[in-house]
Amino acid sequence: MAEKPAKKARRAPAARPPRKPVLEVAGLTKRYGSRAALSDVGFEARKGELIAVIGPNGAGKTTLLSILAGIVRPDEGEVTSPAGSIGWVPQQAALYRRLTVAENLRLFAHLEKVDDVQGSVDEMLGEADLAERRDDQVSLLSGGNQQRVNIAIGLLRQPSVLLLDEPSTGLDPRQRARLWEFVSGLAGGGTTVIFSTHNVQEAERYSDRLLVLADGEALFDGTQTELHRTVDKESGRGRAKRDFETAFVDFLAHRGH
Amino acid sequence: MRWLLLKDLQILRRSPLLTALLVIYPIVVALLIGFALSRGPEKPRVAFLNEVPQDTPLSIGGEDFDLTGARSSLCDRIECVRVHSRAEAREEVESGEVLGALILPEDLVDKLEGVASGVGEPPTVEVLVNEEDPLKAQLVDDRISSLLTEANLRLSRAVSNVTLSYLDLLVSGGDFDFLGQSFNVLGLQNTERILRSARSDLPKGSFEREAVDQVIQFAELARENLGFADSLLSSVSQPIQVDKEVVNGGSPDLDAFTISVAATVTLMFVTVLLVAGSLALEREENAFARLTRGLISPTGLLVEKLLLGVACSLLVTLLLLGGLSFLVHINWGRTPQILVAILAGGAAFAALGAALGGAAREVRASSLLAFMISLPIAFISLVPSGTVGPALFSVIEVIRALFPFAPGRDAMESALSSGDLLVPLLHLAALTVAYLALSRLALRRFA
Ligand SMILES: Nc1ncnc2c1ncn2[C@@H]1O[C@H](COP(=O)(O)OP(=O)(O)O)[C@@H](O)[C@H]1O
Ligand SMILES: [Mg+2]
Repeated sequence: MAEKPAKKARRAPAARPPRKPVLEVAGLTKRYGSRAALSDVGFEARKGELIAVIGPNGAGKTTLLSILAGIVRPDEGEVTSPAGSIGWVPQQAALYRRLTVAENLRLFAHLEKVDDVQGSVDEMLGEADLAERRDDQVSLLSGGNQQRVNIAIGLLRQPSVLLLDEPSTGLDPRQRARLWEFVSGLAGGGTTVIFSTHNVQEAERYSDRLLVLADGEALFDGTQTELHRTVDKESGRGRAKRDFETAFVDFLAHRGH
Repeated sequence: MRWLLLKDLQILRRSPLLTALLVIYPIVVALLIGFALSRGPEKPRVAFLNEVPQDTPLSIGGEDFDLTGARSSLCDRIECVRVHSRAEAREEVESGEVLGALILPEDLVDKLEGVASGVGEPPTVEVLVNEEDPLKAQLVDDRISSLLTEANLRLSRAVSNVTLSYLDLLVSGGDFDFLGQSFNVLGLQNTERILRSARSDLPKGSFEREAVDQVIQFAELARENLGFADSLLSSVSQPIQVDKEVVNGGSPDLDAFTISVAATVTLMFVTVLLVAGSLALEREENAFARLTRGLISPTGLLVEKLLLGVACSLLVTLLLLGGLSFLVHINWGRTPQILVAILAGGAAFAALGAALGGAAREVRASSLLAFMISLPIAFISLVPSGTVGPALFSVIEVIRALFPFAPGRDAMESALSSGDLLVPLLHLAALTVAYLALSRLALRRFA
C-alpha cells in the first residue's frame, strides 16, 4: 500500500511496517439503486494490524465489511486475501439465544468443519473468558458477554483476518474495556483485526490505523498522528489546540461532510 | 445440515410451551373437526310395529329372506321403538315421542310370496310421520323410503330370477315341481323339433301340413322372443344390483374422509407453523448471514427446514392417527401409502411454511401469517360443491388447487381407503417445487 496509495487516502509512507499484506482491497464500489453505498474504496491490511473503519452512520462501514466477509458482492473492485481465512462478526450478535454458549460454539464449529470441535470450543471459551458460563443459555447473558460469544464464533477457524462490525455498540464502559482488551490481545497474537465504529475516541485509542469513510468514500487512510497533521495543514492552526474528535470533525467538515 | 437439524430440534425442546402448543393445538382442532364431520345427524326415533307372525319364513324362488336380519339392519339406521299396536304407534307419533312409525302388515309375507309367483296385489307398508320438525320428518321419509327401495330391489331381483327360471322351462323344457308333484314340461324347443319331424310325414300342400307349418313358425318365433326376453330380464336385474351397492356404500368412506381431514389439519398446522417460524428465526437471530457465508447455501437451508418440517409432522400425524385408531377404524394394512401421503403432504406444507417464513422474516409475524392463511384455506377446501353458487365454487376450486390442503387431504383419503394416490401426489410435488422456488426468492432479501 505504501507503494500504491489509494486515490483519496493520505498518509505518511514511512509509517507502514514492511510486512506483506494479508488482505488487499482495490476499487470497491457498491450501489443500491442510484445510491452508492461504497465508491472506489481500496486499502491493504498487514498481519497483526488493528484497523478502525470510522465514519458516521450510513457511511458504508457495514457494506465494506460485508463485502470483505464475502456476504455482499461488490459491483466493482476486488478483495484478495492471500493468507488464511477471514472471520466475520456481524453488527448484531448472530447467536441462537435458546442454545447455551457451548452449544452455539459447538454448532458453528461443526458447520465450519473445524478439525477438533471440542478442543476449539474449549479454547474459545477460555479466550472469551466464558468457561464458567458455558452451559448458560445465551438469552441469559449480558450484552457484553453475548458479543464475546459472537466474536468467539468468528474466531473458531482461527482466521488471519477478523472483521468486527461496530463491536462495542450497546455495551457499558466496563464491558467495552474488556472487549478492547480481548481484541488487542488478538492483534498482539498476530490476527489482523478490522473493526468499524462511529465512536472517534474508540478509534483513536484502540487502533493502529484509521480508514475514514463518509458517504461511501474513503477520505483518509493512515495513523492518528497523520490525521492530526493533515488537519493542521488544512487549517493552519497548531495541533495542541484541539482533541482528536474535533480534529476528525474538522477533517470531515473540510471535505463537505 | 445434520447439525442444523439437531440445533432446530434442540431449540424446539427448549421451548416446551411452543412445542406443546404445536402438538396439542392441531390435534385438538383435528379431533374437533373430525367429530363435527363424522357425527352427522342423530338417528331418528321411529316406532316399529311388526304384525307379521313371528318366524314366518319368506322364500322366493328358493331364496330364503332373512327377516330378522333385515329388521336389525333397519334398526341400525334408525332408532327403533317397539310398539305393540297401531293405536300405540299413532299415539307415539302424535305425542312427538317418535318422528314416525313404520307398520309391517300381517299379510306382508303372504302378499310378497304372491307377487313372486305372479298372483295378487303387492303388499303395502304403512308409514306415519310427524311433520312437526320438517327437517327430521324429511330424514325419516328418506331413510324409510331408501330402506323400502332397497327391499324392493332385492325382492324384484328374486322375482325376476323366478320368472327367468319359468321362462327357461317354457323354452327348453324340463321338470317342474308343483304341490309336491312333478310335471314334465315339454318346452318350445322340443315342441318345435317334434312338430318338424311330424311335418315331413304329411303330404306336401295338404291342409294339415300348412297348419303344422304355422304352429312351427309360432313355436320358433315364441322361442326366439322368449330367449330375447330372457336376456332382457337379466339385463334389467343387472343395474339393480349396481344401484344397491351405491345405496349401501356410505359409511366406510365417511370414516376415511373424516380421518383425512383431521390428519391433514394436523399436518398443516405443525408443518407450516414450524417451518415458517424456524426459517424466520434464522433471520431474527441474525444467523442467516453467518450460515450462508459458506456454511450452507440458502437452498440447503430450505432443504434443512423441509426435512425438519417433514420429520416433525410425520411424528405428530402418526401420533394423531394412532390416537384416532382407538375411535375409528384405520386400515393399517395400507401403512406404506399412509406414510407416503404424510411425507408428500408434509413436504408441500413445509415448502408453503418456508415461503411464509421467508416473506414474513420474523417469528411472530410468520406464525400469524401461517394461521391467517392456513385456517381459511382449510375451511375453503372443505366447502362441498353445491352449497355455494357455481361461479364462487370455481373460484374456490382454483384456490384449492394453489394450496396443499386439498391435494394433501385427497392423498390422505386415498391412502386410508383404496383410492388412487398418483394424482394428488403429483399435485403435491408440483406445489412443493413451486413454494420452494417462492421461498428461495424470498430469501434473496433475507440477509
Ligand atoms: N440492502 C440495502 N439496500 C439498500 N440500501 C442499503 C442496503 N444496505 C445499505 N444500504 C445503504 O447504503 C448506505 C451505507 O449503509 P451501511 O453500510 O449500513 O452504513 P454504516 O454501516 O456505515 O452505517 C446507507 O445509505 C444505507 O441506507
Ligand atoms: Mg453499520
